[in-house]
Amino acid sequence: MTEQKIRVLVGKPGLDGHDRGAKVVAAALRDAGMEVVYTGLHQTPERIVETALQEDVDVIALSILSGAHMTLLPRVLELMRETGMNDVLLTGGGIISQDDMQALSEMGVGQLFGPGTATGEIIEYIENWVNERGAKMATTS
Amino acid sequence: MASTSGTPEVAGLLERFDRGDRRALARALTWVENQQPGFEQLLHATHSGLGRAFRVGVTGPPGAGKSTLTEKYALLCRCRDQKVGVLAVDPSSPFTGGALLGDRIRMQDLTLDDGVFIRSMASRGRLGGLATTSLEAADLLEAFGFDVVIHETVGVGQTERDIVSAADTTVVVLVPESGDAVQTMKAGLMEIADVFVVNKADRPGAENLERALIATLGLKPREDRDWDPPIVRTVAVEGEGIDELATAIDAHSSHCRESGVLAAKQRARSADRVRDLVARRIDTHVWGRSGGEKLLEQALDRIYLGEATPYSVADEIVALVGLDSGSARLETEEEERA
Amino acid sequence: MTPTVSKGRRDDGKPIVQEASTREERMAARVAAWRDRWDQQSKRDIDFTSTSSMDVAPIYTPLDLTDNDPLKDIGLPGEYPYTRGVYDSMYRTRLWTMRQFAGFATAEETNERYHFLLDHGQTGLSVAFDLPTLMGYDSDHPMSEGEVGVCGVAIDSLADMETLFRGIPLDQVSTSMTINGPAIIFLALYVAVAEEQGVPSDKLRGTLQTDILKEYIAQKEWLFPPEPHLKIIVDMMAWCADNAPKWHPISISGYHIREAGSTAVQELAFTLADGFTYVEEGIKAGLDVDRFAPRLSFFWNAHNDFFEEVAKYRAARRIWARHMKERYGAKEPRSLLMRFHTQTAGCSLTEQQPENNIVRTAIQAFAGVMGGTQSLHTNSMDETYALPTEKAVKIALRTQQVIAYESGVANVIDPLGGSYYVEALTDRMEAEAEKYFRQIENLGGVVAGIEEGFFQRELAGAASRYQEEIDARRRVIVGVNEFIEQDERLEIPILRIDPRYEREQCDRVRELRAKRDDAKYQAAMEKLRQAIRDEQNLMESVLDAVRSYATVGEIVELMRDEYGTWREPSIF
Repeated sequence: MTEQKIRVLVGKPGLDGHDRGAKVVAAALRDAGMEVVYTGLHQTPERIVETALQEDVDVIALSILSGAHMTLLPRVLELMRETGMNDVLLTGGGIISQDDMQALSEMGVGQLFGPGTATGEIIEYIENWVNERGAKMATTS
Repeated sequence: MASTSGTPEVAGLLERFDRGDRRALARALTWVENQQPGFEQLLHATHSGLGRAFRVGVTGPPGAGKSTLTEKYALLCRCRDQKVGVLAVDPSSPFTGGALLGDRIRMQDLTLDDGVFIRSMASRGRLGGLATTSLEAADLLEAFGFDVVIHETVGVGQTERDIVSAADTTVVVLVPESGDAVQTMKAGLMEIADVFVVNKADRPGAENLERALIATLGLKPREDRDWDPPIVRTVAVEGEGIDELATAIDAHSSHCRESGVLAAKQRARSADRVRDLVARRIDTHVWGRSGGEKLLEQALDRIYLGEATPYSVADEIVALVGLDSGSARLETEEEERA
Repeated sequence: MTPTVSKGRRDDGKPIVQEASTREERMAARVAAWRDRWDQQSKRDIDFTSTSSMDVAPIYTPLDLTDNDPLKDIGLPGEYPYTRGVYDSMYRTRLWTMRQFAGFATAEETNERYHFLLDHGQTGLSVAFDLPTLMGYDSDHPMSEGEVGVCGVAIDSLADMETLFRGIPLDQVSTSMTINGPAIIFLALYVAVAEEQGVPSDKLRGTLQTDILKEYIAQKEWLFPPEPHLKIIVDMMAWCADNAPKWHPISISGYHIREAGSTAVQELAFTLADGFTYVEEGIKAGLDVDRFAPRLSFFWNAHNDFFEEVAKYRAARRIWARHMKERYGAKEPRSLLMRFHTQTAGCSLTEQQPENNIVRTAIQAFAGVMGGTQSLHTNSMDETYALPTEKAVKIALRTQQVIAYESGVANVIDPLGGSYYVEALTDRMEAEAEKYFRQIENLGGVVAGIEEGFFQRELAGAASRYQEEIDARRRVIVGVNEFIEQDERLEIPILRIDPRYEREQCDRVRELRAKRDDAKYQAAMEKLRQAIRDEQNLMESVLDAVRSYATVGEIVELMRDEYGTWREPSIF
């Protein structure tokens, strides 16, 4: 009877309107059996985190092509921590240099995917992360 | 089944829920959606908080502007100092089980208001416009303290009985483009509406739609003969007609309270819930604990060889698990059919 | 569509064997015989489709052009229907304009880059604005945080615009500005800067993008609902016809539609449908079509599939000319010309092995030139990481120069004209576009299609299909799903925008608001509000507002207040 689904928020923070990638990924995650909450364009970090809270998602996946990722992602992460979302993955994609990916990863952001990533890779990453979190929770409780 | 006793995990969640922690509400909704062990305990424990919220169903064909209308109506409720919970349902894919939940895009003015809580739900296999656990989710929102709970779902005129049982007032949203469709919807959407909305009423065809609605409404008496569904014109994106919509919903709400329809509806809802729960327990009992599954497996060969029929096997299983005599039930069903 | 070589067969599929008499029949027999030999060859196991997933035949012959009348459909350059080019002499008179899109950080830095580009032989300017500017937010607005000067230059007011064009005489350059939602404000800003330089508006040459319909379809940078946006565009077309006859008030853009994942045919059809909509709006507003149509220009993408792209430009010229003449009754030959700018496909660039992007861009640019483009932007190899560095921009510009001066392509007009493949593909793209036009008409036009989500759905479908082909390796992208280099380390330098520019820009706009003549500003804003309510042509009021140093954000806010905002239907 129990039916667990991976829930993912797919959103576009900031001002850029290039939603092709976000939509392709959202559709691919759905096709992989996930429940995808799509927030649409021009989301502020505050909106994203509040939406993630209400929807109780496992994963927040953000697409940023404007170059504002070093402002937006740390802000989302900070709000997640303030809200106590310690069991939620923050991941995403966009035009992000390897140095920036490294810096964001050190802050606690999950893997970030550049243009040309196969959607299968993103699906696998999310599924593995959710499984590992499940295993971790099982051992700690 | 020890469905009414709590585990420490349930107790912890309940404690946070009672404190008004929105994350606890969100997590409780997940438990209920997943029908995760403990979810019935949660619902049991929060049940005393029910009986105060008003439940509105908003349905209609795709593209009718339901989400925008829901947003504007919720904003109006907020002006009246009512707290609003919204359950927005989108279909799950029957093949992959995944779903794209995009209703929030059109309800963004509500996101940062802490008097509002929106939850997107995938239908998870349930037909009829609602999600498998929409009613239970609405209970949680009500118990958490929301004064108005809105079920928002796509309806195309076939299987909307669901929303009628979930909502105290059902609003059917149409647009001028649905004019032709009204004819084919007679049997579905038309009968369930307590209030009609002609949205995008500034477009050509709005009057025709309204005329078609009036004509169709005259054709068939409704279950509640004392209520004539009003038709409200709106332009939801502009916020036009929302006051009139609220007035119509309020009028229906008073009518239901005064005429006893509301009480009857609530009783029916409780009855449905108990029936569901009993069915679920019996299901678990028969197939899970009592070895029904194993017996069925063994019986399949006999059915194949012609030594038994599905009907006789059903009787055997029911008898084995210690329920009432199966053959008696078979007869009753036949009587009913006759 | 089935490959047309089957025309060389009878209905029962057997080759035609009897003695052929006419030339066409003899050709058909030859093709049929070739087809038999071809059938016996082994083939590589991949999809033989175009970049747009369109089936492609293994060979094209005169049989594919049986419906094509060379006089009526192909003709010669500079004559109706302009399939071969809009001008008689094309590149023998003047090469295309090499116009590199540039802008970053603040007006000060961008102005320096413009001087650098002009010194290196670039012949036109192209302004890239940052996202807050494109969306009508001032740099100090909360939504702008982290985005100021990142994707382009931040312009908040006339003061920034003065700095941007410092030392650049506006009667001597042509300037392209890629901005849509607030386009009318930027027309006013440009005119106001020219005024200060003593240059009258009738001397101004250049283009504003202004194409709001493709924003709803693809790029999502709108400010208001479609109707007021269209009204403002008609205001601009009317004002330019009277005051700035050399200015292109709108550049109808397929580029972004393609970048959002469309096929070549969708890019062609949706863009031209947008163009027809602007023409219809102009006519509806009482303008003479020959007064504004000559100033409409286009902006296309150049993707990887060389022949498909060339055919797209040729089909676009022919369709535009035919519709303008036959549907909208344009009499002036210049009203029929589909003149266009081309940019190589940003979405085709890969993050992996970025140097390969130089080669992709060269092929794409070559297609633009073969297609007869009037101006060209070539992308830099590092644009999947950030804004391009100076070195990468220089290589991109040099690519154009090699094509122009070394390849010999500029010697001959429409060198692919008459190629069986290219002519057949041109015909086919025209036919497929016409199918879309009918579909859009049945929906009630472009705006109705946008409201209903038609375009968004078409694009989402095409984008997903393309991604699936790549994921399944039925489409090879070098360095991405084949010929991958493991543990690739990035070795190209990255241009970073120092966050201090954002702080400085915010200070600048705050200081401006404090220092300007408030009475003059208030009066201009009130006049603008009244003009909106009276549904007047807004251009003069916007000009007064920018002259009073009203900021872009303030003007847009006032307009949003009057016109409302817009949310798109959610389509996947």
